[in-house]
Amino acid sequence: MRPVIPFVTAALLFGAGVYGVLRRRNAVLVLMAVELMLNAVNLVLVTADTTVRAALPHGGQVFALFVIVIAAAEVGVGLAIVLQLYRLRTTVVVDELRLDAAPESELDEPRVSR
Amino acid sequence: MTGADVLLLALGAVAVGSGVLVVTTDQLVRAGLYLVVCLGAVAGLYLVLTAELVAWVQVLIYVGAVVVLLLFAVMLTRAPIGASADLDRPGLPAVLVGGGSGLGLAALFADAFRWSSVALPSPGRADSLGEAIFRSWVLPFEVLSVLLLAALVGAIIVSRPDVGSRP
Repeated sequence: MRPVIPFVTAALLFGAGVYGVLRRRNAVLVLMAVELMLNAVNLVLVTADTTVRAALPHGGQVFALFVIVIAAAEVGVGLAIVLQLYRLRTTVVVDELRLDAAPESELDEPRVSR
Repeated sequence: MTGADVLLLALGAVAVGSGVLVVTTDQLVRAGLYLVVCLGAVAGLYLVLTAELVAWVQVLIYVGAVVVLLLFAVMLTRAPIGASADLDRPGLPAVLVGGGSGLGLAALFADAFRWSSVALPSPGRADSLGEAIFRSWVLPFEVLSVLLLAALVGAIIVSRPDVGSRP
């Protein structure tokens, strides 16, 4: 098995992810590109676990599992933020957002009373 | 070139190709579906690399949960069906940074490993991985469960409109 093949695959996937994060304007597509980058890192970890001898066995695979769990948490919180953003501003285009201005819906409507 | 090499090359080509399609297609839903293909190919790579448990966890969590969540978000933000022309901003910096980092890392890896060959270990099984987790990595594992709980509570609080606004 040539370790260079999965390593180069992971590098190219990471490049595609970076390109997507910088290029896309839709927040959901930005999250998808972030998932690509996380997968590239996972692929590097698993390949290194298979090809490099380490003091602790299977450290790379354990870290890959941890990264998968963190990615799941990240995408959950990220999508909650995106949906809340859509509810407040009715857009998810990241470069049209003015974070220093109050959303119009909060100015027009009375606040939700508790 | 052994059989494992051929499999790795084919799966890697599928993963990179569909990954590039994820970031270049102009239809939101198709981007999510290409993401399924890409993550599935990466799971196949894990299988060839003898990381069986990681491969199935990848299929379960990524393909099963994360992509479904992303598709839900696509639907809940009323994304247009069909091609939309305004998904991208001008692309030269993105091409420079993304292509530069990808090709640079690829060159680094290629220079480090050349065309060397490594014998694949015997197929990994869940019990050895579980032993590693619960012997050496117990504390990170528990911290991770707390992190998941915090993310769960945080997502609920962020998405509820009646929490956090002034009375």
